[in-house]
Amino acid sequence: MTETGFEPNIIAFVCNWCSYGGADIAGSMRLKYPSNIKLIRVMCSGRVDPEFIMEAFRSGADGVMVLGCHPNDCHYIEGNYKALKRCNMLRPLLDQFNIEQDRLHLDWVSASEGEKFARVSREMNERITKLGPLNWEKAIGPIRSMEVPS
Amino acid sequence: MSDKPKIAIYWCSSCGGCEEAVVDLNEAILDVVDAVDIVFWPVAMDFKYEDVRKLKDGELLASFINGGIRLSEQEEIVKLLREKSQLVFAFGSCAVMGGVPGLANMTDREGIFTRVYKEIESNDNPENRVPETETKLDGKYDLELPEFYDSVYPLDQIIPVDYYIPGCAPSPETITDAFTAILEGKLPEKGSVLSPTKSLCDTCPRKDSKPDKIEIERFVEPHRYDKLDDGRCFLEAGIICMGPATRGGCGERCINANMPCRGCYGPPNNVKDQGVRMMSALSSLIKTDEEKEIPKVIETLPDLIGPLYMYGLPSSILFRKKIK
Repeated sequence: MTETGFEPNIIAFVCNWCSYGGADIAGSMRLKYPSNIKLIRVMCSGRVDPEFIMEAFRSGADGVMVLGCHPNDCHYIEGNYKALKRCNMLRPLLDQFNIEQDRLHLDWVSASEGEKFARVSREMNERITKLGPLNWEKAIGPIRSMEVPS
Repeated sequence: MSDKPKIAIYWCSSCGGCEEAVVDLNEAILDVVDAVDIVFWPVAMDFKYEDVRKLKDGELLASFINGGIRLSEQEEIVKLLREKSQLVFAFGSCAVMGGVPGLANMTDREGIFTRVYKEIESNDNPENRVPETETKLDGKYDLELPEFYDSVYPLDQIIPVDYYIPGCAPSPETITDAFTAILEGKLPEKGSVLSPTKSLCDTCPRKDSKPDKIEIERFVEPHRYDKLDDGRCFLEAGIICMGPATRGGCGERCINANMPCRGCYGPPNNVKDQGVRMMSALSSLIKTDEEKEIPKVIETLPDLIGPLYMYGLPSSILFRKKIK
């Protein structure tokens, strides 16, 4: 919580093989990182469908992180490259929707890098706190949806 | 009045191409008229809203509604048609996904009014007037206009929709298949899109030219490419072809005219957001793995919303651009 009272809602997709391990180590090393970062473990950063990221922003996330294995270290050989290309392309697209590009962050965290995990999380939290809330549904007015008739 | 089933055809925020698609059935339309009574079709026949209000609830077998919802009048009439109809069909890309007019979700009412009524060079509007829902004329006449919404909505965000007939405009085969299914009582599960579930690439006449691995070094806009007619896969040349993220059934009309697919049939089943699904596919085709080189390839695309959301912006997950 900052003096403005804004605590960002940050979703982090972390890969099972590296970054989740990194988060685990950060915990066992008793490193401090912001508690408002919500981790979602996925098998690979390449599994993060951009629809998940869009859904997160629509559902109230102020920022989204995708954390995967370092280049050449992917458990599935090239999943992290898929994530890299996707996030690079998603950023200008988000920009066109008027979502600041910094709200999406991709980084590499290995299973031993507890320190880096905590740092990346802190930096993300600072960036998003500075950007302020996104509040998608409120910002764009009501999104209506109907159920399929039975 | 005969006891044939009654249907209605209505248009909202659309261009009229869907109505034309119905007329384009040519002699097949005679079979349709033989089988049903069209009791409301503002484009072609002289019936009034009042005639619809007089119908009993559920008296219409089906309403075919094209166009997205942009005005309060459209919302009012589609809600009325929903009450009077057993089945509602979203007819054409605009009703299904918002369509090309849905790209207006990149701005809002104020942006549109300012441009159209104040800025356009050929305008003569010294008082800078814009449409208002109520106008008093000579102090005594109350004139009313429908409200112009900030966004365009696909039909199913306003009323429950039973079936979807995609396409800009739906192909004659798609339309006749739908009519046949209704009249023979062979409609699939409610909520279905009445078109094949496989992607367009599956039936693309150019699919044999697709290499095992497409590697894009730069993106190319179709109007800057002079070999559109070489019969080869467009993606291989770096041209955005929405085929991988688009449902088939259109008859490959654009491909046969040497143009890439723009996605009017919407995404295949289980895909929520056609644009990001296509973006995901495109990004994976980028050749380089170098962190510094990838953005340079992406920079060769000046606009992403246009090609990726030509038809589907209002039905995308984010729905519209944030204005303030």
